[in-house]
Amino acid sequence: MKILVPISQVPDTTAKISFINNDTTFNNAGVTFIINPYDEWYALVRALELKEAGKAEKVTVIHVGPTENEPTIRKALAIGADDAVRIDGDGDSSFVAGQIADYAQKNDYSLILLGKETISYNSAATAGLVAGFLDWNFVPYATKLDVNGNTISLEQEMDGGVNQLSSPLPLVVSAAKGMALQRIPNMRGIMAARTKPLQVVTPSTDFPVYTKVESYTPAKGRTACVMISEDNIDELVDLLHTKAKVI
Amino acid sequence: MAATKTKSIKGGEFLIKETAAADIFIPEQWNDEQLMLKKTCEDFLNQEVYPYLDRIDSLEEGLMSSIVEKAGGLGILAMNVPEEYGGLDLDFVTGMLTSEVMGAGHSAAVAIMAHTGIGTLPILYYGNEEQKKKYIPKLASGEWKGSYCLTEPNAGSDANSGKTKATLSADGKHYILNGQKMWITNAGFADVYTVFAKIDDDKKLSAFIVERGYEGLVLNTEEKKMGIKGSSTRQIFFNDCKVPVENLLSERENGFKIALNILNIGRIKLGGAAIGAAKAIIQHSIKYANEREQFGRAISKYGAIRYKLAEQAIKTYASESALYRASQNIDDAVNSLVEGGLEFAEAKLKGIEQFAVECAILKVHGSETLDYVADEGVQIYGGMGYSAEAPMERSYRDARINRIFEGTNEINRLLIVDLILKRAMKGELDLMGPAQAVAQELTSVPDFGGLGNNNLFDYEKEQIKKLKKAILLVAGAAVQKLMQTLTKEEEIVMNIADMAIEVYVAESTLLRVEKVVDTFGEQAAGEKIDIARVYLSEATDNIWKSGKDALNSFVDGDELRMMLMGLKRYTKQEPLNIKEARQRIALKLINENKYDF
Ligand SMILES: Cc1cc2nc3c(=O)[nH]c(=O)nc-3n(C[C@H](O)[C@H](O)[C@H](O)COP(=O)(O)OP(=O)(O)OC[C@H]3O[C@@H](n4cnc5c(N)ncnc54)[C@H](O)[C@@H]3O)c2cc1C
Repeated sequence: MKILVPISQVPDTTAKISFINNDTTFNNAGVTFIINPYDEWYALVRALELKEAGKAEKVTVIHVGPTENEPTIRKALAIGADDAVRIDGDGDSSFVAGQIADYAQKNDYSLILLGKETISYNSAATAGLVAGFLDWNFVPYATKLDVNGNTISLEQEMDGGVNQLSSPLPLVVSAAKGMALQRIPNMRGIMAARTKPLQVVTPSTDFPVYTKVESYTPAKGRTACVMISEDNIDELVDLLHTKAKVI
Repeated sequence: MAATKTKSIKGGEFLIKETAAADIFIPEQWNDEQLMLKKTCEDFLNQEVYPYLDRIDSLEEGLMSSIVEKAGGLGILAMNVPEEYGGLDLDFVTGMLTSEVMGAGHSAAVAIMAHTGIGTLPILYYGNEEQKKKYIPKLASGEWKGSYCLTEPNAGSDANSGKTKATLSADGKHYILNGQKMWITNAGFADVYTVFAKIDDDKKLSAFIVERGYEGLVLNTEEKKMGIKGSSTRQIFFNDCKVPVENLLSERENGFKIALNILNIGRIKLGGAAIGAAKAIIQHSIKYANEREQFGRAISKYGAIRYKLAEQAIKTYASESALYRASQNIDDAVNSLVEGGLEFAEAKLKGIEQFAVECAILKVHGSETLDYVADEGVQIYGGMGYSAEAPMERSYRDARINRIFEGTNEINRLLIVDLILKRAMKGELDLMGPAQAVAQELTSVPDFGGLGNNNLFDYEKEQIKKLKKAILLVAGAAVQKLMQTLTKEEEIVMNIADMAIEVYVAESTLLRVEKVVDTFGEQAAGEKIDIARVYLSEATDNIWKSGKDALNSFVDGDELRMMLMGLKRYTKQEPLNIKEARQRIALKLINENKYDF
């Protein structure tokens, strides 16, 4: 079994978020990018664990984006992926998911494991779209994943309990917190990443971009917190009514 | 891995030669791979060290050795070890970058630095093939921990005066060690000790590889220390300790040379670690100054606090500039020695030895910068700076050791001047010619010709040239007047060392910023230009003071007046609004809420 791990890059959590071109484009000047933590800490690390346990033959990371994103891909190689693919294009979730699906199909991957969402746009759309394009089984928000022969056993955390599932391959899984633990890239891995294959692929023309951004509005910063003593429920109710105007 | 191969001048030559900005390495040019290695070290500290600082400082059984092992698992201990012994064989600058980051790790930094430096390098550089094969891979992976035993109760700065004795056993199979070592870092959990001792009635030390399990090696209890409390420091007794003869390191009586050469590396590495620690403290200082309000405003709004933040950053940036300039010089020297046919270990040692003056400068400047930064860090935190609940109290205590070990800063200052003079005597460094030229200039009419002022740093570069003349003036006069007694006039030697340190660091900072401007533009360089100017201005004042104090002590009459006039001419400054420059530097730190120079 070959595992494909789609990775996206997101601004470092301390980055200042701003927009340009009449608020239609994210301003990436001076921003440090990291691998989307859900892709890195959970999906990629779990895929590597499976390979180390002899349950997968190969782990490939795939990224849809321009050349300047290659340092992010190298980092995934440093963490331990065997090889990498960069689809040389950019677009919305549908475009990205289409490219991933197309590559997976043409190259015999049977498990696609990715983060449940990015910490930048948080739209949680890619995984489902990939499964949709491929018409494969899809398990979102998995917190555990194991391989027993051709069956994948999974767990999802539910409100007040755990959902246990199993599915045959091929399969798309989106990973949530708990599936694995963050790995610090080993120095040796970082040095080895230099020589690991990174293939650049021209995007397929079958997947148009449907989304057009009208504008982004930066979130208003949190306003000051008001502390109310725990035995003063009346004041709380009053403030929620008169100040916050939510009840 | 370095982006460009630079043309380096020889060690100590900065006093008499100019360096082109293009020829130095600047940290603004780390490549992606180097930044990834750096990030791994940062992640390591965040995950494996910072959450456990109190437990580490309580010397919890097994904790520090497990931290060292985890660092080993990530390859952090194998940086400068060749591949054939399980290492990564990184170049010196890249290794320095990782030392810098790890330097912020408090006691764990000391344990790891001691292990990879003095604990591993004697065997790596002086061991025979069998010794290297046996010990280095296990040290590089962290399976075994290393330690270095030179100091004794009565032999500290005067390390060669140690009394520990080695005698050959009757059957000729063992050296029998007897004596006592003191202040031994990592002693409590080390597996391998490099021990210095004199064989029979030798005048000079020899070095031995001693394993923990050898009969007759006894550890005392942990020392109770001011800081780095989590770093194991013990006395070790050797009571008829049996060491196999094949564990003699290098040759008989070669120990002192080993000790000194290993310390050269340790010194510059300590300079690097100090920069890492200083940056972490600055980071905390900025955040706290932005959060803490008094009189209705954040304390970062007050000029007195801004002054502190700016000075912390200026000193750190300056020291870092010199650190990486010298590190790249070492790489270049080593590479050219290897190309010239020397084998790895010898090339490394020779390359570093060439820059022993710079190594000592960086040890002194780095550790004193760190102490300054830590002291002002405590001050910015006010009462919370004195509280063990906040990070400054530990940082302040932990910083202090750096001025003491790896040769005290006094010993290093003596060394700077001693090495420079020795090289001059041997004809390796032509100080006499330039010094005489300066002496001549004193009696001639001063050149009042203005500067071209075409390029951004014309004035500053001219200033650096004059500061070098100031040193040559004072040092040249000291050599001429005091001759052999100069080394005994330690106050004067300290003055000369301080002048050399200041000029090296000021020049390195200017070269770095010049290269930043040339590469990324004046706009991108921003407040770095202020940093270079403020540092140079302060260095100029310091050089004037050191020079004046020195001259006043051994010259008199008309000659003194003439020399002081010359010194004044060389340290004269154009007006600089240093207050506004510091304000700009501080504002950048405050607005970004982080140190990002
Ligand atoms: C926490 C810690 C860890 C250490 N780790 C190790 C280790 O792992 N291995 C090891 O071998 N050693 C280690 N040391 C020892 C350390 O290197 C010595 O403490 C240091 O070299 C100073 O020696 P000393 O303590 O005997 O001080 P002294 O030599 O007694 O110095 C006392 C003072 O006199 C000054 N002085 C001495 N001679 C002169 C001179 N000629 N001119 C001017 N001033 C002078 C010194 O600068 C100092 O200010 C460690 C020390 C400490 C505190």
